[in-house]
Amino acid sequence: MKPRHWSEPMHIKEEAVERHTLAVIVDNEPGILARIAGLFTARGYNISSLTVSEITDDDLISRITIVTHASAPVMEQIIAQLERLVPVHKVTDLTAFGQHVERELALVKVAGTGEHRIEALRLAEVYRARVVDATTSSFVFEVTGGTEKIDKFVELMRDLGLVEIARTGIVAIARGAEAA
Amino acid sequence: MTTEKSGADILIETLSDLGVEVVFGYPGGAVLPIYDAIFKQDRIKHILVRHEQAATHAAEGYARATGKPGVVLVTSGPGATNAVTGITDALMDSIPMVVITGQVPTALIGTDAFQEADTVGITRHCSKHNYLVKDPARLEPTIREAFYIATSGRPGPVVIDIPKDVQVATARRGENAPISHKTYRPQTEPDMVSIEKAVDMLAAAERPIFYTGGGIINSGPEASRLLRQLADVTGAPVTSTLMGLGAFPASDDKWLGMLGMHGTYEANLAMNQADLIIALGARFDDRVTGRLDAFAPNSAKIHVDIDRSSINKNVRVDLPIVADVGSAMRAMLDTWHLRKHPKPDLSEWWSRIHGWRQVGCLEFQESDPQVIMPQRAIRALWEATKDQAPIITTEVGQHQMWAAQHFHFDDPNKWLTSGGLGTMGYGLPAAIGAQLGNPDRLVIDIAGEASIQMNIQELATATQYRLPVKIFILNNEYMGMVRQWQELTYQSRYSESYSDALPDFVRLAEAYGWKGIRIETRDQLDAGIAEMLAYDGPVVVDCRVAKLANCFPMIPSGAAHTEMLLQSAEVSGEMDDEAKALV
Repeated sequence: MKPRHWSEPMHIKEEAVERHTLAVIVDNEPGILARIAGLFTARGYNISSLTVSEITDDDLISRITIVTHASAPVMEQIIAQLERLVPVHKVTDLTAFGQHVERELALVKVAGTGEHRIEALRLAEVYRARVVDATTSSFVFEVTGGTEKIDKFVELMRDLGLVEIARTGIVAIARGAEAA
Repeated sequence: MTTEKSGADILIETLSDLGVEVVFGYPGGAVLPIYDAIFKQDRIKHILVRHEQAATHAAEGYARATGKPGVVLVTSGPGATNAVTGITDALMDSIPMVVITGQVPTALIGTDAFQEADTVGITRHCSKHNYLVKDPARLEPTIREAFYIATSGRPGPVVIDIPKDVQVATARRGENAPISHKTYRPQTEPDMVSIEKAVDMLAAAERPIFYTGGGIINSGPEASRLLRQLADVTGAPVTSTLMGLGAFPASDDKWLGMLGMHGTYEANLAMNQADLIIALGARFDDRVTGRLDAFAPNSAKIHVDIDRSSINKNVRVDLPIVADVGSAMRAMLDTWHLRKHPKPDLSEWWSRIHGWRQVGCLEFQESDPQVIMPQRAIRALWEATKDQAPIITTEVGQHQMWAAQHFHFDDPNKWLTSGGLGTMGYGLPAAIGAQLGNPDRLVIDIAGEASIQMNIQELATATQYRLPVKIFILNNEYMGMVRQWQELTYQSRYSESYSDALPDFVRLAEAYGWKGIRIETRDQLDAGIAEMLAYDGPVVVDCRVAKLANCFPMIPSGAAHTEMLLQSAEVSGEMDDEAKALV
């Protein structure tokens, strides 16, 4: 081998990624969330959103919805690595599966009086946001929908006295009669 | 009440019921109830190590040499954190191991109690699975499940953290719960359509090669027999990773030697030129592939692995087969025979391989008649011991690679080394574990003078249990592999790689009740080895070797298999930043 003398300093390269939504069915045992979140950190995968809840009557099984960004080979690894975890039953890439519904819920607190207050209420109606709390100077709106819709609603509220927001992150399910 | 037992008793009885004969451990506050239960029984032998890391490596050595899971028992806090290196090592090398850690009482968890550490948190990502058991009634099913997980599928370490109050509290022992898990069912049987396709590819290949790994050893001795048959019926050459050495006999003429960074010229060139690679229980590790875009560019690849996540991780393959490698090879052989495939004519392929063999890549210069070249020392050791089929363990570094190149194995479970994690200090405790599992066999730790000091305290363990382990130190007064990389990559700026202030290993050995032998010149080599072998007890050999020898062949990090360095003369200068950033 010839000695190589490159003057170029080294730079870290980034790969092109795509957004994927995963449904992960797991045993509802202590540490399962840490196990999954830690797997993503340890192997350098990204988590944009993660939601979790029990889905059976006996509370033994949970469904975790993860939104991640990865290249196709990394996506294949993410699924294989998740399935390798002992408490993981099943992993479905809903994005690869095809048609599916994604929703999140946001609680949006807006304070203001006069025109701003009326405008906020009017926009809430357009976005089918429900008022779940009201004072003479504030509202808490509950809005559900896709991420973009909620982003847009929050954006509009920013000019109308937005105080704080709480969002659930995405839950998703495949369309059609079958389980994905 | 009559049938209730303490958690500690349940633990020991369950381990015993599961066939555990040896536990490697170290006592401490949070495991005192378990040690009391050990005191009151005689079914399980406890081996007292001198540091918890050594307990894990000893368990690994025991597991690798016997095929049975290794069991470790350590206390909370520092006991558990000291075990982390060995747990990670076992995860990387797929070694079945169950680690029992004591924990502070349940009520104190989370209060920063004395010797408290978040053991399940710390070991979550360096174990195959782990548990915190909060109820003595859950102990037995958890232990059974842990053994099932540790030994099934791709084996690995499982940690069970047991708070002290759970060891003391009582519970009824259940009926013999099954050794299983409610949902974890690793796939072991291959898909037959894929097997048939693999056999077709194998029968049609002009330049096939078997690339085998530690998975064959893990699958059991039957897998090694099947590999021999598969190589015989196809006539194809066989190479192996570091972890797979011994699965295929080195004395067979189809054996090409190890592949990868310090693999043979013929193995790496054959991988590069093959038209079909059959990967069997190997994982396309970066030490094996070199530069990925230049790795085996013109070959179709079949990958048999029990772990689906190994497939397409580093290298895209054409035909993945998720299965136990032994089951897959049996299915391939059955299909091959069923179709009455004749033995393919690979004479042209073999003549090219013979050409590469002529390079003699493992030859080395011996200019000074008195200086012992490290390669010479390993060969002499092999010549003197090969008839006894010894178990060889190693530490990590140049000596490890020289041992892999120049010591030859004809059987599985004879070569114990830290491959994936590359843990210095593995060899001595692993040799202790291997010797306990094989009391009558010759066990030798081939070591470097730097690595051996990382778990040197274990000399006392061997003394205590009268284990006739031999340590053969290739003493070149350098952390040799670090020094070699500094020579290659950093213009010989030997930053902190000189082994200064070395102990007198002979007197050190004697201080621990071992025999010590020093070999300084080549004419002392054979006699020194003979003296070591003749001694009926543990021996440390301090074999002084050439200080600046490099381990070749070598594929530098980030280089292709075809860019192999065979001689020091080919090495010079300083590498660019891209190369420096690679491991």
